[in-house]
Amino acid sequence: MSTAELHTLTGAYALHALPDTELRDFERHLADCEACTQEVRELSATAARLGLAVAETPPREMRDRVLREITTVRQEAPAHGRPERTGGSGRTGRWYAYALAACVAAAAAFGGVAVWQNQVAQDARQEADRAQRQSEELAQVISAPDAKTSSGELTGGAHGTVVVSQSRNRAVFLASGMERPPSGKVYQLWFNDAGTMRSAGLMDPKASDDAVLLDGPVDRASGMGITVEPAGGSAEPTSSPVALMDFPTA
Amino acid sequence: MRVARGDQDAFAAVYDAVSRPVLGLVRSVLRDPAQSEEVAQEVLVEVWRTAPRYQPSRGSAMNWVLTLAHHRAVDRVRSAEAAAAREHKAALLERTPAFDEVTEQVESRLEREQVRRCLRTLSELQRESVTLAYYRGLTYREVSELLSVPLGTIKTRLRDGLIRLRDCLGVSA
Repeated sequence: MSTAELHTLTGAYALHALPDTELRDFERHLADCEACTQEVRELSATAARLGLAVAETPPREMRDRVLREITTVRQEAPAHGRPERTGGSGRTGRWYAYALAACVAAAAAFGGVAVWQNQVAQDARQEADRAQRQSEELAQVISAPDAKTSSGELTGGAHGTVVVSQSRNRAVFLASGMERPPSGKVYQLWFNDAGTMRSAGLMDPKASDDAVLLDGPVDRASGMGITVEPAGGSAEPTSSPVALMDFPTA
Repeated sequence: MRVARGDQDAFAAVYDAVSRPVLGLVRSVLRDPAQSEEVAQEVLVEVWRTAPRYQPSRGSAMNWVLTLAHHRAVDRVRSAEAAAAREHKAALLERTPAFDEVTEQVESRLEREQVRRCLRTLSELQRESVTLAYYRGLTYREVSELLSVPLGTIKTRLRDGLIRLRDCLGVSA
């Protein structure tokens, strides 16, 4: 295969889509091709993003099994050229585990925020100032170091997540798959102050998948609710809630 | 203080950060729930075992873990027994990846939406080729056969499809 042909295999390689024989040829080529190496690195990182998009929560027992199993599995020696840490072999494993944990946590946090900021940046171009300020505030709540989330099922199979930052005293509600409200009606959000509902604004009636910054401070609210109200909203709920969610506890 | 907490606690943090995408990815390739859990568990133990070999200069830790998970899932699906039981054409084409999974974490929801949005910017052939290779673990030869499109075209679509995704997602490495 010619070099030019080999170069077009970067995509198939990053997706692990090369049969064994071609894999060996390509890897030999890769050893001498700086440009291919860089491209493979970027395309592999891109492929990993596809993986990140299909998360599934494992059963609780799997966590116990894995954490039990690792106590019996010895870690490999570090890659060539990496300095050994002094202080006994027992410590090296621990130190690498921490370093890896820190890298993963940082990558996860950064990934989420970067994605979010990207969306905010795009939204901002299309929206008026008020909306832009709102989405910035919304992004700040979601990326606040003390942001906590809780989620639940809403009626009709929709799913809701609420993010609360105590330091910012604000909350964000994220809905997915909510049915549109009946014509002439809107969804209104409420803070639950020990059973008394305080208006927290309206949801955009056009969107079925939405992120809303709740109007006003969280203060002592212990949760939130959603009701269907006449267009323009109501001073207090006039129908029974379609959803009630508790805020995450610290 | 941190060191006093012990190895297992440190790895528990890694587990919590990566186990959901690992299982999701393995499951999308293998389909079978029991087999997927088994492979996901092997991957997570391998992450522990080979963690000292992870080099941050070669990409993020999450990347490293997901690349490993994809490799293991693909190895399993291409192994002899699995190949015999492999779903036939129609089933492979019909199924879409499990994008609709309910997720409790805001970051993964946003991530999923961005990936989905960027996949829509690909041509149909690019999207089909990339998703069949990645989410179903097919070789490019199998993709070519399945879609009845020449080998050279599939190679090119896998590459230009990923390049377009890279640019849309803003991936740098």
